[in-house]
Amino acid sequence: MAIEHIMDPALSRIPEGKLADKWTNYKAHQKLVNPANKRKLDIIVVGSGLAGGAAAATLGEMGFKVKCFCIQDSPRRAHSIAAQGGINAAKNYQNDGDSVYRLFYDTIKGGDYRAREANVYRLAEVSNNIIDQCVAQGVPFAREYGGTLANRSFGGAQVSRTFYAKGQTGQQLLLGAYSSLNRQIEKGNVTMYARREMLDVVLIKDKEGVERARGIICRNLVTGELERYSAHAVIVATGGYGNAYFLSTNAMSCNGGAAIQIYHKGAMFANPCYAQIHPTCIPVHGDIQSKLTLMSESLRNDGRIWVPKKLEDAKRLQRGEIRGHQIPEEDRDYYLERRYPAFGNLVPRDVASRAAKERCDKGYGVNGTGLAVFLDFSDAIKRLGKDVVADKYGNLFQMYQKITDDNPYETPMMIYPAIHYTMGGIWVDYELMTSVKGLFCAGEANFSDHGANRLGASALMQGLADGYFVLPYTLQNYLADQIQVPRFSTDLPEFKEAEDAIKAKIQKIMAVQGSRTVDSIHKELGHIMWEHVGMGRTKAGLEEGLKKLGEIRKTFWKEVYVPGEANTLNTELDKAIRLLDFIEIGELMARDALHREESCGGHFREEHQTEEGEAKRDDKNFMYVGCWKYMGEGKEPELYKEMLDYQEIKVQTRNYKS
Amino acid sequence: MWLTSSSIGRKVVMSVTGACLVLFLTFHMLMNLVYAYDVFVGTPAGEHYYDKVCEFLGTNWYALLGTAGLALLIVIHFLYAFILTFQNWKARGNDRYAISGKQPVHWAAKNMLALGVIVICGILVHLFNFWAKMMFAELAGAEGAFAPTAGFDWITNTLCDPVLFAIYIIWFCALWFHLTHGIWSSMQTLGLNGKIWLNRWICISYIWATVIFCGFFLVLVAAVIQAGGFHCICAN
Amino acid sequence: MGKESFLNVNVKVWRQRGPKEKGEFKTYRVEHVSTEMSFFEMMDTLNEQLINKHEEPIVFDHDCREGICGTCSLYINGRPHGIDDAITTCQLHMRKFKNEETITVEPWRSAGFPVIRDLMVDRSAFDKIQQAGGYTSINCGAAQDANAILISKVDADEAMDSASCIGCGACVAACKNGSAMLFVSAKVSQFALLPQGKVEAARRAKAMVARMDELGFGNCTNTRACEMECPKSVKISNIARLNREFIKAKLAD
Repeated sequence: MAIEHIMDPALSRIPEGKLADKWTNYKAHQKLVNPANKRKLDIIVVGSGLAGGAAAATLGEMGFKVKCFCIQDSPRRAHSIAAQGGINAAKNYQNDGDSVYRLFYDTIKGGDYRAREANVYRLAEVSNNIIDQCVAQGVPFAREYGGTLANRSFGGAQVSRTFYAKGQTGQQLLLGAYSSLNRQIEKGNVTMYARREMLDVVLIKDKEGVERARGIICRNLVTGELERYSAHAVIVATGGYGNAYFLSTNAMSCNGGAAIQIYHKGAMFANPCYAQIHPTCIPVHGDIQSKLTLMSESLRNDGRIWVPKKLEDAKRLQRGEIRGHQIPEEDRDYYLERRYPAFGNLVPRDVASRAAKERCDKGYGVNGTGLAVFLDFSDAIKRLGKDVVADKYGNLFQMYQKITDDNPYETPMMIYPAIHYTMGGIWVDYELMTSVKGLFCAGEANFSDHGANRLGASALMQGLADGYFVLPYTLQNYLADQIQVPRFSTDLPEFKEAEDAIKAKIQKIMAVQGSRTVDSIHKELGHIMWEHVGMGRTKAGLEEGLKKLGEIRKTFWKEVYVPGEANTLNTELDKAIRLLDFIEIGELMARDALHREESCGGHFREEHQTEEGEAKRDDKNFMYVGCWKYMGEGKEPELYKEMLDYQEIKVQTRNYKS
Repeated sequence: MWLTSSSIGRKVVMSVTGACLVLFLTFHMLMNLVYAYDVFVGTPAGEHYYDKVCEFLGTNWYALLGTAGLALLIVIHFLYAFILTFQNWKARGNDRYAISGKQPVHWAAKNMLALGVIVICGILVHLFNFWAKMMFAELAGAEGAFAPTAGFDWITNTLCDPVLFAIYIIWFCALWFHLTHGIWSSMQTLGLNGKIWLNRWICISYIWATVIFCGFFLVLVAAVIQAGGFHCICAN
Repeated sequence: MGKESFLNVNVKVWRQRGPKEKGEFKTYRVEHVSTEMSFFEMMDTLNEQLINKHEEPIVFDHDCREGICGTCSLYINGRPHGIDDAITTCQLHMRKFKNEETITVEPWRSAGFPVIRDLMVDRSAFDKIQQAGGYTSINCGAAQDANAILISKVDADEAMDSASCIGCGACVAACKNGSAMLFVSAKVSQFALLPQGKVEAARRAKAMVARMDELGFGNCTNTRACEMECPKSVKISNIARLNREFIKAKLAD
């Protein structure tokens, strides 16, 4: 087992005072930077999604000089854009009893009591400002006929607090942040660097000998050149690492590279094992599949999930001899309604996903691969009429039909769980600073607010909260001490050293000249991850997985083949560098999952379940954030436990049965 | 000046000149229909109303001013068409698609310049045959086969020529296509369009273009009937 | 799932090393392609083949692969985003093709979008246009309560339709004039329809059109090819609104 430490609670830098006053107190007492000094301070923001884009724009508005980097060809394409459902806020416009406290409470409970109270409370507090800000930017949220904002309900809450813009909320919020970013680019406060991939963070010791993040090295994905950029502080907002599984709902370029680089430089990696598996994705169709497509959670409001009761019906479905609608009502097993009568088809994502896996593992899968369940709208169509169903879900049905060529109005949809979001990430304190001074982490890339499971419509909220309302304050608090520090030259030895190390790594990859493509190894990694570190984890499976991950790393260094040259556009090289990081993340996930001898949220250990197959938490031994500290290549990372101390909330078991 | 320096400004010039030309065409057609009326209905005294119209317009200051304005409109419309096309051609880039667009784009919309050139050629022929022999001759005091104000005879004796007849038909066809796109397009460019009005304007364009086509066609037919069949002018 | 069958196809692809270099078509054969595959998965298969033969893979832009990020940008068999309506390239599936078909794949072609390599083009001009004025000038923290501004559902829905533009550039790629009017008009319309955007509507329309012209995009001749190819069905009524806003602004000067 790994060497374990208990983290000093002071490191979390949670302000004193009552929970509800902490953020107000913080803002009242924090240090500020005057406008003339802001101009002299540079900030690097890596990532241009909701967290990064919003932070870059807002810091630019405040007068800092910002350098923003994105991997896509434009900041507008960050993967935040793909979020469909909506964004939560405690506005209580519906007068249904919502409040900051309730949003806070639901988020902590939904996260299975594994998130930090103070952070989540602040998130709930600023959620309302986000909606105001976005409306002011011109985000076309859905409205009632009276002209007020509309809300819908989402999983894990008893109130309607989700704001939405058709099925494209993420897109509209991102374009809002992008528009603010553009305004600052035009003003010259933000310089945008597109098609750049961060490959390392540069640390420089200050006068007291404290290492601080002072720059990054990135690869220009068009020219292949390595470029150096310096700043007084660095923010990493590069999203999640779900693509370690190869198949996920993440975009193709989503990667955990930046997270691993800063982990290597001293930032701790928290709760890597918490990965959210979304129950309603379009099933895998074959080996060549590159990407999984999510169908919005909102479908579960009216769709009923089932598999056949009889194994022979399932077999016939798998052979393609019959179609779903031909199976009579009495032979269908609506297993979610059967197991969870109180919540039925609307149980949280982790519960729904595990239930689907359980049925398919027993052989009841309904497609050729045996890895799919039905999501049936025939009842809804009977009850509401086709027009109403089309009005609510028309574009989703159309999207499903484009992909599968099946008409969901006639035959039930097929769905299966897929990796969707990673709650784990870089450990940050209350100020969103990592364990490295001057290095901040925001959005999905950090671990902070969702605990072990994220509720629907909370990712957008967290990204924007970090970017618009948290970082602009906390970064100022940090930079107030840095106003005397002049701009850094990128000719400093620290930059050269970092760049040389990357060059050496790239050369090493190019020199392998093996016989396997990057994707073929990545797919193998994905299989291992899904098999051993997937929905149902066991001690033996994880140990086996760790062993296989070690082998896959060897395979990479022995057999990978990257064509072309390193100093030019080379998409295979880009992927190869990311793959190495994914392997390391895989190991971290497996290690963390192995040590966490309990089941909670997105982490389910088969040894730790109730007799009915429900997750069994161990609050006595595991109510902490598991933070992994890098100890050097080939060495086992060490575990630091940030103990969670719930002062406002009574810790309970989640129950969706009654 | 935004009308020359901005893309929308240049388009506004195209649409305003275009719209004015459409109005002129409509006026011209209405005037010519008097000829058709003379032929098909006739007048009690046997005199031609059409000649009266020609006389009325003649070389009055308003007719001259109108003609000068018209010439300016045509020149601007024509010049801008070339400027715009050149710019668009440049904007398209040097490398072209190997497989050209498969969208069901309206044929006229893609070929406005070509159609416009045919229309201009038609105008030149028309000017040579009528304007030069009527308004210009009156101004210059030149002698022709008929008096400059004898519009009725000029039409009858010119349009019965089978070659010219054919040229005029081609011209009208090109004009029809040009207008089916041009009319709604000019409204679109001026911003006088929207989701609902788009289809209305397109419908109006077709009706308007067809009315103009039919009106002028009627004049052609009337001329041939009046002349008692086709006669080659060159043979005279 | 629909009925799965398998195809052999010939893919004729534009290969070009760099912006200044001459490009050419190369034809590759891909066999046993499932009709359930997406077009990009077929391209992935082709790239795997190429890499295994130690050739460089075909470079093309793609990211979310679910039709929302606007990264993908292929001109397939004479149409931007391929032979289907209202989709992005990543939503195109192989069932749309026939066995033994030759599929011609080209990059977006427009002076505003220079080729970077093979099928990848540079669309940074779109960002520059947005930077000219595609925003409301409001600083974070200065906003009033969201419900303080009432907006009719009709306007909000229409603004949403305009805002759904994903900036992929299919409009420019489809336009014989290389015009970016649909793209610009979508953003101008979104703000022109909302009270938050009306304050600087005149300035925005003028600035964005000026930037668009500066970057060398062509003049709109209302062929409607753009709206036929727009994966998000953005309509040319937006262009009419842009024209209106622009003319109004210029006349008020």
